[in-house]
Amino acid sequence: MNEILDSFNNDPYRLIAILQSVQEEYRYLPEPVLSYIATNLGLPRARVFGVATFYAHFSLQPKGKYVVRICDGTACHVNRSQSLLDLMDERFKLNDNKPTTDDMLFTLEKVSCLGACGLAPVVVINDRVYGQVNVDKLGAVLDEILEDEERRR
Amino acid sequence: MSETNSIPSAVISEKNTLIIDGRMVTIGSERNLLELIRSAGINMPTFCYHSDLSVYGACRLCIVELQGRGIVTSCTTAPEPGMVVSVNTAELRRIRRITVELLLASHDVNCPTCAKSSSCRLLDLVARLGVSTVRYRSRAAKQPIDTSSLSLVRDPNKCVLCGDCVRVCQEMQGIGALDFAYRGSKVQVLPAFGQGIGEVECVNCGQCSAICPTGALTVKSDIDRVWQALHDPSKVVAVQIAPAVRVGIGEAFGLAAGETHIGQIAAALRQMGASYIYDTAFAADLTVLEEGTEFLKRFRLGERLPQFTSCCPAWVKLAEQRYPDMLENLSSCRSPQQMFGSLIKQELAKETGRSSDDIFILSIMPCTAKKFEAARPEFSTGGRPDVDAVITTQELARMIREACLDFTSLEPDSLDMPFGFKSGAGILFGASGGVAEAVLRFAGEITAKRWLNPAEFHRVRGLEDTREACIDLGGVNLSVAVVNGLAAAQRLVDDVRAGRKRYDLIEAMACPGGCICGAGQPSMEGNAVRVARQQGIYRLDTMLQMHKSQENPYLQQLYKNVLQEPGSHIAHELLHTHYRPRRRTGAHEIDFDTGEEQSEGAAVHIEVCVGTNCHIKGSHDLLHNLIDHIDKNSAGHLVDVSPTFCYEACDRGPTVKFNDEILEKCTFEEIAGRLDRELEQLASREATEVGKIRDES
Repeated sequence: MNEILDSFNNDPYRLIAILQSVQEEYRYLPEPVLSYIATNLGLPRARVFGVATFYAHFSLQPKGKYVVRICDGTACHVNRSQSLLDLMDERFKLNDNKPTTDDMLFTLEKVSCLGACGLAPVVVINDRVYGQVNVDKLGAVLDEILEDEERRR
Repeated sequence: MSETNSIPSAVISEKNTLIIDGRMVTIGSERNLLELIRSAGINMPTFCYHSDLSVYGACRLCIVELQGRGIVTSCTTAPEPGMVVSVNTAELRRIRRITVELLLASHDVNCPTCAKSSSCRLLDLVARLGVSTVRYRSRAAKQPIDTSSLSLVRDPNKCVLCGDCVRVCQEMQGIGALDFAYRGSKVQVLPAFGQGIGEVECVNCGQCSAICPTGALTVKSDIDRVWQALHDPSKVVAVQIAPAVRVGIGEAFGLAAGETHIGQIAAALRQMGASYIYDTAFAADLTVLEEGTEFLKRFRLGERLPQFTSCCPAWVKLAEQRYPDMLENLSSCRSPQQMFGSLIKQELAKETGRSSDDIFILSIMPCTAKKFEAARPEFSTGGRPDVDAVITTQELARMIREACLDFTSLEPDSLDMPFGFKSGAGILFGASGGVAEAVLRFAGEITAKRWLNPAEFHRVRGLEDTREACIDLGGVNLSVAVVNGLAAAQRLVDDVRAGRKRYDLIEAMACPGGCICGAGQPSMEGNAVRVARQQGIYRLDTMLQMHKSQENPYLQQLYKNVLQEPGSHIAHELLHTHYRPRRRTGAHEIDFDTGEEQSEGAAVHIEVCVGTNCHIKGSHDLLHNLIDHIDKNSAGHLVDVSPTFCYEACDRGPTVKFNDEILEKCTFEEIAGRLDRELEQLASREATEVGKIRDES
């Protein structure tokens, strides 16, 4: 935390860059951390909260180990991306209102265009991109992750 | 447009003039086109423009058409010679109307029962712009109303996102308790993390509610509680009226700003059922003697200077949050409201032979923070608050209407004796600079050892946010600063802390202009009202027979019979208080654990406070060095170090919790030394245990 702040010279004008680095570290932006940043930068806490909630990139909620981004842009939508969203709801009860599983394994994010419309529908899980995904394919990927996790336990 | 086209081009290019709706207007010192249009007599509608604040350009109501440039907001456009400006075209009127229509669509329209309905600027605009229908569907989900504050109510369903409250809190008060959060259709104005406004660093000054054009921020009403007491035959209601109330209340009934209506207030309160009607200015006289005596002692000894005034509860809360190490510089005097509460409750109980539980002290204040002050636990006796209810000038006006009294035709009545008697000095408390001036009229005379003309201290008067005066008292120089607006106050305190400025006495008030412009006063706009109210206060001082608190004969009597002398033991018990450092963040614990690095088996737990004050005193470096130190000794598995927020010992920071013990004024060396000893002991204990096991086996 302090290293990040120091590397930006505690400069309030670099708040967004600081928040990016901090989120990389914690995977999300916990409230106390935002309070700490505000104190260090001499900014009101409400201001830091405002910036953190403005950008979709920042999350104030803890995210799961696997972030499943399902594209619902035009190309993916017409190629039945909704069926993939439905699958997440069926299997893990994940939707707009509840994005993360209780065991903190999966987080569902509906995104608008991942810039790979030729591969529609597209799903990105953490840093891995899956193209032309259908319900079976997504199901298989998720099974694989679950098995993998089971083995590690 | 045809009108503007018909003006000869030679006129248009004339230096320093421009054309507004066909009229030639000279550009003066106006900072933007909006100010120029208004100075030309056109009452341009706006939500988000306030001359004291930064320009924001959000409400889009002040749009004009510039020839060759199209439609722009006039508040964000600088006037230039030769501009041809149209204010009143069919297109502009249509756009303004749609803007207001859209605002109404997302606005909770329960106007008849809204506390702001009489001064709502949205309602005013709807009428002015002739909006007769709303063609858009309203947003479905209603947000909960925030009632966490003792002074304010925040109703997000009525917010029009003009940002006035955000800017007034940040720019005028330097607090920043509110800001925009989220984005697009989800934007809201919120305190940090969506907490209640009563749970964050808000100091209850209420300027946000005063500037809010709608009912999104309003003053919390205590009217029902007051009616209940007035109708309760077992209660004796004694009222105190703050100086600023009398020069403000007339405006609520359409009377001129700055006129004094104390007689009408007294008459109304008596008709409404109050038993005793007194004056907070009496308690202000008392404050002058107590605070002046305290100041003279400090000045003589040269300690705890500068002395800060402590009448303004918003300033006091800010000081507790931000300057815990300077709290001893605050005068220990309670504010006049609280002096009145503790003293009069006791005296009235004696006089009427009733239990003090039956005495109900009602305050009429220009201020929203006074509601918070009255509820502070240190201002209660035997579990009951010294001041039972605080209502604002506006609330009193509402009660007068509810009681069906015609304020303007009320026969003026007098205040009751003895606590309704005051000197002009007591009245001065209502305007910024007044407390300093009143204290100088007392302390100055004692220091100079001769009679002084009260007019000698007029130099502390004025409208600037920071004023200073060096006053020569027969060889002794007294350096005084007067500051209003908490942003200015913070700048001044920072100057004092850095040694750039030196004063003996500092008067600090949260509201610009002082209490006369408190958030509980009738809504006002522009400087003219501020000046009128200020002049009203000064006129009252001039008109009263006595100008110095020490001359108040009833005060002298009170000291003789009850209080002995200023600063006596009993005076301290009834009239003074102490302050405590206050955490900014409310009930907000810090927890940096990410779930990955938890060292469950750690034998030593260290928490370093990283709250504002500990941070300023170097807790940041301490934490940093400590982590390095632990890494160097590869003791990470044994020691669990974490940052935390506020042990409420801010004046003695940096604070560190070492296992279960809270240590104050810590240095890195100290904590590192302690940690090394602890680890050594741990190692030797382990060694003996290992030895034991070996022996046993």
